Amino acid sequence: MSELALDREIDRSKMKVSDEVAIQITDMNKWYGAFHVLRDINLTVNQGERIVIAGPSGSGKSTLIRCLNALEEHQAGKILVDGTELSNDLKNIDKIRSEVGMVFQHFNLFPHLTILENCTLAPIWVRKTPKKEAEERAMHFLEKVKIPDQALKYPGQLSGGQQQRVAIARSLCMMPRIMLFDEPTSALDPEMIKEVLDTMIELAEEGMTMLCVTHEMGFARQVANRVIFMDAGQIVEQNEPEEFFNNPQSERTKLFLSQILGH
Amino acid sequence: MSDISFVRTEMLPPKDPPASEVGVVGWARANLFSGWFNSILTVVSLYFVIKILIGLIGWAWVPTWSATSLPECRVIFEELGRSGHNAGACWGVIAERWPQLLFGFYPNGYEEGTADLRWRPVLAFVLLFVALAPVLFSDKVPAKLIYFTAVYPFLMPWLLWGGTVWTPVSAALGFVLGYVVYKALAQSTSELIGLIVGVVAAFVWWLFVASLFSSALASVVPLALESVESRQFGGFMLSITIGVVAIGLSLPIGIVLALGRQSDLLIVKTLCVGFIEFIRGVPLITLLFVASTLLNIFMPPGTNFDIIMRVFIMVTLFASAYMAEVIRGGLAALPKGQYEGADSLGLNYWQAQRLIIMPQALKISIPGIVSTFIGVFKDTTLVSVIGLFDPLNLTNAIRADADWNGLVWELYGFIALLFFVFCFGMSRYSMYLERKLQTGHR
Repeated sequence: MSELALDREIDRSKMKVSDEVAIQITDMNKWYGAFHVLRDINLTVNQGERIVIAGPSGSGKSTLIRCLNALEEHQAGKILVDGTELSNDLKNIDKIRSEVGMVFQHFNLFPHLTILENCTLAPIWVRKTPKKEAEERAMHFLEKVKIPDQALKYPGQLSGGQQQRVAIARSLCMMPRIMLFDEPTSALDPEMIKEVLDTMIELAEEGMTMLCVTHEMGFARQVANRVIFMDAGQIVEQNEPEEFFNNPQSERTKLFLSQILGH
Repeated sequence: MSDISFVRTEMLPPKDPPASEVGVVGWARANLFSGWFNSILTVVSLYFVIKILIGLIGWAWVPTWSATSLPECRVIFEELGRSGHNAGACWGVIAERWPQLLFGFYPNGYEEGTADLRWRPVLAFVLLFVALAPVLFSDKVPAKLIYFTAVYPFLMPWLLWGGTVWTPVSAALGFVLGYVVYKALAQSTSELIGLIVGVVAAFVWWLFVASLFSSALASVVPLALESVESRQFGGFMLSITIGVVAIGLSLPIGIVLALGRQSDLLIVKTLCVGFIEFIRGVPLITLLFVASTLLNIFMPPGTNFDIIMRVFIMVTLFASAYMAEVIRGGLAALPKGQYEGADSLGLNYWQAQRLIIMPQALKISIPGIVSTFIGVFKDTTLVSVIGLFDPLNLTNAIRADADWNGLVWELYGFIALLFFVFCFGMSRYSMYLERKLQTGHR
């Protein structure tokens, strides 16, 4: 993977990590049947952090961030999101989900609704925002991801990169405090990866707390303040990006980096 | 410079296609004569189609509409110089008996002292389309019309069976009561308690209070239509009534069953699977026999449960089980990402089902749903085996008349034509709907 070809300087003035804890994971374990996917995960994420989670496939990185909004259930340990504990209480889960935005590998837009309706649906039904206000906000975020002119089209009529940007706008319309990205560029053509990464960088520049599972190491190097390397369901190594890439400590990390950066 | 080097300096503009690809000639070449074998097939098929059409038109195009009996038809055929078993169609039977094929024994005013009440089923039928319009063509009619759709289920039985107007009103009040109780309790306690108590309240009303209420009001304000007995129902009207009720109820029940079958709650799931598998494992005729004979055994002695009502229940249950499986197919076709997308935005289960899952699952299932509708509508002819006079059973009654004894094709052809009109209409509508809901490949 090459360096991220960003044609401008990244504005770091608002990229500040505060002392406020956004997510706290303590001794979290998860099993799929008898298979132990996540083992003793401990992780504290502060407000404003931009974390990239890397690792080979099957290492549990997607599962980890999917646990954070209860798309997957964890069996042991404790997850606090914005001070609310993720338990089986459905009210808590719905509250956390409306605070935490998520962007998926396959976009998961709703194909039977227009772009605008995709963006206003949750604000109207979950947040009870008046329709007009929701539409104004949706247009605001669609402008931000640079596709306001597609608002009345259906997802099927857009390119992959455009769809992923809509998905980001859709999440932002809920005014989340935390954004989760689950391999947001893995299903895209090379030409479209950049436009999605640009959107994510802009988001980071505004100080959004982001957890990002990705193979875009250029993005990790330039935007992240912390890189986490996972293997076999556990956190193997975490560090600042410079240190992580230039001076990896564990053998497993070295092997992984040599394989994805080696050519 | 090597041989393989090539650089395009100008992009090519599109050119017109050759004449053999477009127009009538192109179409015929592509569709009818695309090779010697297909050309032979086209010619042979055309020969048979024309042969059948000539025979059919020759049979049907005869001046027998005013004949009053089969022998009279035979005289007309002899005058035309035709003879033999199928010399021509004897349309007199349709001209004379079509009201009976449509309305069965519904009061027609032929006898002294009775009124012609057939305007009531006709009105109910016309209003059916008014009630369906906001559902079928939501973007072409005023949205307010949906209120009439809500009233129609209470209006239709009153028009067909007659009796006091307070019976349907009190039935409707049961729903209102249940809803009010649900709303009140859902606010103060939980949704589930509200739902349960609401349903119980509605049933208590229907079972114990409704009849008292309606008879009390009927004695004060005697607003009533003349009653018509269920055994007087018949003909195409009966088929449509059963079909409409079964179709209208099977879709919502089918949705609930399909969702129940996917539920994580073991008891709900087991009940739904058990119901669906049992009903699908039993022929409809068996269920209808149960409705007509066995059901009385389970009822307290003396209760008289209307036969058509029993048929409604059985046909609806039967259709619902099939509907549930059709919709389950639609649900299974949805990618898991749609559920996750809805979940990640904080939509709760019912919101996700209503706004995200069902619109897509139902759209995918449209062909299957409409097939089930058409199947149910045609299956209504099975009620003849329990003695109800659907159109097929009426043909027996008509042929029992000495005037028309021996006629088959004309009657069955007429009935087939009527069924075809309805089924073809449903089929075309489903294709229109699929085109309308098309939102680009996903």
